[in-house]
Amino acid sequence: MSRRGERPMVPEAEFTSYYGQPIINPPVWEPLDIAGYLFLGGLAGMSSLVAVGSDATGRLALARVAKTGAVAAAGLSLVALVHDLGRPARFLNMLRVFKVTSPMSVGSWLLAAYVPAAGVSALSAWSGRLPRIGGLATAAAALLGSGVATYTAALITDTSVPAWHEGHREMPFVFVGSAATAAGGLGLLAAPVAETVPARNLAVGGVAVELLAFERMRKRMGMVAESFDTPKAKPFIRAAQGLALAGAVGALVGRRSRLVSALSGAALLAASAATRWGIFHAGMASAEDPKYTVVPQRQRTVTPTA
Amino acid sequence: MDMDTPRMGFFTDTSVCIGCKACEVACKEWNLVPEDGLNLTGMSYDNTVGLSADTWRHVAFIEQRKPVENPDALAMAAGGDLQWLMASDVCKHCTHAGCLDVCPTGSLFRTEFGTVVVQEDICNGCGYCVPACPYGVIDRREEDGRAWKCTLCYDRISGGQEPACAKACPTDSIQFGPLDELRERAALRVSELQGAGVTEARLYGEDPTDGVGGDGAFFLLLAEPEVYGLPPDPVVPTRDLGTMWRQVGLAALTAVAGVALAFGVGR
Ligand code: SF4
Repeated sequence: MSRRGERPMVPEAEFTSYYGQPIINPPVWEPLDIAGYLFLGGLAGMSSLVAVGSDATGRLALARVAKTGAVAAAGLSLVALVHDLGRPARFLNMLRVFKVTSPMSVGSWLLAAYVPAAGVSALSAWSGRLPRIGGLATAAAALLGSGVATYTAALITDTSVPAWHEGHREMPFVFVGSAATAAGGLGLLAAPVAETVPARNLAVGGVAVELLAFERMRKRMGMVAESFDTPKAKPFIRAAQGLALAGAVGALVGRRSRLVSALSGAALLAASAATRWGIFHAGMASAEDPKYTVVPQRQRTVTPTA
Repeated sequence: MDMDTPRMGFFTDTSVCIGCKACEVACKEWNLVPEDGLNLTGMSYDNTVGLSADTWRHVAFIEQRKPVENPDALAMAAGGDLQWLMASDVCKHCTHAGCLDVCPTGSLFRTEFGTVVVQEDICNGCGYCVPACPYGVIDRREEDGRAWKCTLCYDRISGGQEPACAKACPTDSIQFGPLDELRERAALRVSELQGAGVTEARLYGEDPTDGVGGDGAFFLLLAEPEVYGLPPDPVVPTRDLGTMWRQVGLAALTAVAGVALAFGVGR
């Protein structure tokens, strides 16, 4: 049963539904809040890792960009998260319990520790005060940031949404690639060219990981992968791939030009966001059409695992 | 409540459902569930469409063009070539409940009866339970912002009463009781129907080894589950949780290694 979705060639069995109604209830989340949250979490977490690297190699401008980006993105992501609650005033109930079975619970605790660390790190960088505490906060933010940038994959795949759940093996790598694309893009956009080498490396690597992991995920999903070609998802997926490639090429070719580097950085940031929006909409489409739930389940009940 | 309260549940025998919707009405009345639109859908006699925050019992109506071979064995006595299936759907009160697993506030909890209930004074409306449920049961109520679903009448059963829907059901299509007893009764009923030539009769959700560990509310169906809008092989998403966290961990390590590499090469 664990091998489900590996045989995309199974012919579409005749599939019945109850008046075409969805089987699962589609998520009640808004794209701006949740796709935005996935994007911002990736940008923030990965930027905190860039900050540590920049400090260690004496790239002070890049460090400042990364630390500022991290705290700004994390702050915005908190706003998105609270905004999407049905009862925003009860936000603190997120910290009422700790449950590993709930990636949202794990993520809330992660953010509760991460945001203050990223904040202290950025404050210290800007004010030049308390360098020792600033350094500790930067290290803590980097450690927590690696979780912030990746846990969101578990957040969406720990659902019954076919296009998300069926990708639970590859999604963390799609997300880590997308996060590196974004954080590298931010460095290229805002740091002086003299310091952007690591940002460029990171972005190019991120693009490669993101595109490869995405293709692999799509292949393993079987018929569920069709949801990435639905009208709302497809333009974002297309745009993500185009912008990612353009940004990576631009970053490599225009390495000496401030302008080309900045434009490439902007394209990479947009690519990362587009990936999240595409995945969000593919998930919604796969939840709204019962075939994505019924057909794979039928296939595995008819052909049990050998 | 004493420690050895047996797990309680529903056995919904759709072969005797007459589509009266008394369960839907009784549920709304008892639980003060708000009105959720007065629409005519054209879906046979079904105007509530599916389970939602404001529909905790939902009667499905399916009109099939196929000869009814054993009209005597079944309640729906439509002659000719019309087979009319009716079924009252409800929260399954899963053994491994996706909604409960992913709830970040602890608002969803398991009661002493083995049922799954939302504590509305705690729910902050994050909506995570909605797509986690493999059956499409729980939903967020728009005007209120919180998640709602069947409680298996927690208040009534705590007082020794049966749930409102089971009480109101005129044909005993909805049966309430200790799950063990219901499972025995259901096994008898399905073999009785099979013996009478109703070969389509099957149980759904009664198997403790299925993807959700068995349902606390299970069914006798007369067609494939998806005909009724039920998933044929539901699996709780958290079954793959170990793999998910492992992959997230590997991805986080990849992030650290990737950044180290990015700073290490081509300076
Ligand atoms: S059917 Fe859905 S809402 Fe009911 S207990 Fe199972 S997962 Fe929760």
